[in-house]
Amino acid sequence: MSHHPGRMVGELLRHSVRQPATIRYPAVKADLPDKFRGRIQFIAERCIGCRMCMRDCPSNAIHITKEGDKRFSCRIYLDRCIYCAQCVDTCPKDALYATMDFELAAFTHDALQRDYDAPPATAEPEAPPAPETKDSEGTGPGA
Amino acid sequence: MANVTIPVGPQHPALKEPECFKVTLDGEKIVGVEIRLGYNHRGIEKACEERTIVQSQYILERVCGICSHSHSTCFLMAVEEAGKIEVPRRALWIRTLIGELERIHSHLLWLGVAGHELGFDTLLMYTWRDRELVMDLLALISGNRVNYNMNVLGGARRDITDAHRAEIRKALPVFRERTAYYARVAQEESTLIARLSGVGRLTKEEAIFYNANGPTARGSGVDRDTRRDDPYLAFPELEFEVVLDDHSDVYGRTLVRIGELMQTYDLIEQIIDGLPEGPIGPARAIRRVAAGEAVSRYEAPRGEDIHYVCTNGTDKVERVKVRAPTLGNLPAVVRMLEGGFLADVPIVVAAIDPCFSCTDRGIRVARSQGQDVWDADALRAYAIEFYRKRGLDLTRVKAPGR
Ligand code: SF4
Ligand code: SF4
Repeated sequence: MSHHPGRMVGELLRHSVRQPATIRYPAVKADLPDKFRGRIQFIAERCIGCRMCMRDCPSNAIHITKEGDKRFSCRIYLDRCIYCAQCVDTCPKDALYATMDFELAAFTHDALQRDYDAPPATAEPEAPPAPETKDSEGTGPGA
Repeated sequence: MANVTIPVGPQHPALKEPECFKVTLDGEKIVGVEIRLGYNHRGIEKACEERTIVQSQYILERVCGICSHSHSTCFLMAVEEAGKIEVPRRALWIRTLIGELERIHSHLLWLGVAGHELGFDTLLMYTWRDRELVMDLLALISGNRVNYNMNVLGGARRDITDAHRAEIRKALPVFRERTAYYARVAQEESTLIARLSGVGRLTKEEAIFYNANGPTARGSGVDRDTRRDDPYLAFPELEFEVVLDDHSDVYGRTLVRIGELMQTYDLIEQIIDGLPEGPIGPARAIRRVAAGEAVSRYEAPRGEDIHYVCTNGTDKVERVKVRAPTLGNLPAVVRMLEGGFLADVPIVVAAIDPCFSCTDRGIRVARSQGQDVWDADALRAYAIEFYRKRGLDLTRVKAPGR
């Protein structure tokens, strides 16, 4: 075994003629794995308002609000979300799924709140839809 | 000349994490070291007591960004033992596979960081490029590159398909070839050997005395590996060698990690060849866990990770205590630094593959002088005295929970 400096010179020279290992993101779209857990999307029509997702979310990032009879809206705090997708596994009605959306950086906290509206009210006139609750800060998970 | 004390850290003592090493110098030589912990205490254990086990698993997975699977597995192993939950065999093997892939990721990362601390950035660039291969595999299997979220209580969250196995099988020869190359570089590159030999010395006796763990201990010839000594998950059925080295310095620790990589490839091959059939988890998600308590040990890439869990029959844990491997290795760092040179501090600290943020549990290291362990009453008395001096009388504020 010979001991001498510069053992990696060969490697260096070989790489000087090779393609770079980096990808050209963002010029080229990032290649994401199938099971990637990005921004959580809500399908309002499917939600039955059981709030199991809120119960299981480790970071209190998802809020379901009743807007009327069997109508629920959803707010997700992307800045709290840890993208574990436990809510997706928990939801009994498949009303949530993880998208491939990962370019979520924003300048303000407000921009990181995503609101998903409840489905439009059905024909029969009922009590006016409850105003958007602003109390979503407080209650702890499972509370 | 009088001795000089220099604080190395809390900003970036070696890695991009906060910790303070107060180094007392006589010229260039280190004569005393004092470590201060606690700059990044995140209250994780408390957060877990207030959450359900389903939630805590994700919180604990984020104790460490690199050995994330180690922490979540170690926690769930303790919960499953406390609550006597049976885990299907296939799930155990999947957890083991992810744990070993994580070890590749961690050791290659360490090799690069070590190169960087030495000013050998070529090594950093190439090892990190090779590491991408395992990151891609982890992303393919779990969806994301870090924090794989592969566990559920009583099983694994996702299955390993034949396509995954084929990809892993395809990557193994590349890993083997690259690692053999780095092993050759480590054994032949004279600048690397000269820089690492004799630096951060820790004899076998000292390693045992200071209770070093993981590659730090094995680099000093201490034959200690939880995977073999207290086999968990699929390890009772797998075969591997515990890599030891008796250089007892940073060079020895480097060789141990490179050697361990080779063993890990063998382990992964055994796992994908022998992956048992069957379910990967419970048919219905488990939420409530019977009352009990358990301690689990897990050989994380950096050393032995220990979780203590006490369950109370609800869906929450009564108490969880995390001992990250770095905490076990810190006393040895003091010994390694003493008698060395100031310029060696970064590489000696980096050589235990530290994870300071994981370590900060708000503990107080007992010292011989003064009162060190304070109970709630003592703390309360101290607080009352503190505010009384500032003109505030808090004696009538009731202590919570009494
Ligand atoms: S778990 Fe699903 S159905 Fe239940 S409230 Fe959440 S989104 Fe709606
Ligand atoms: S992905 Fe995880 S953190 Fe985000 S909303 Fe769902 S459960 Fe909460």
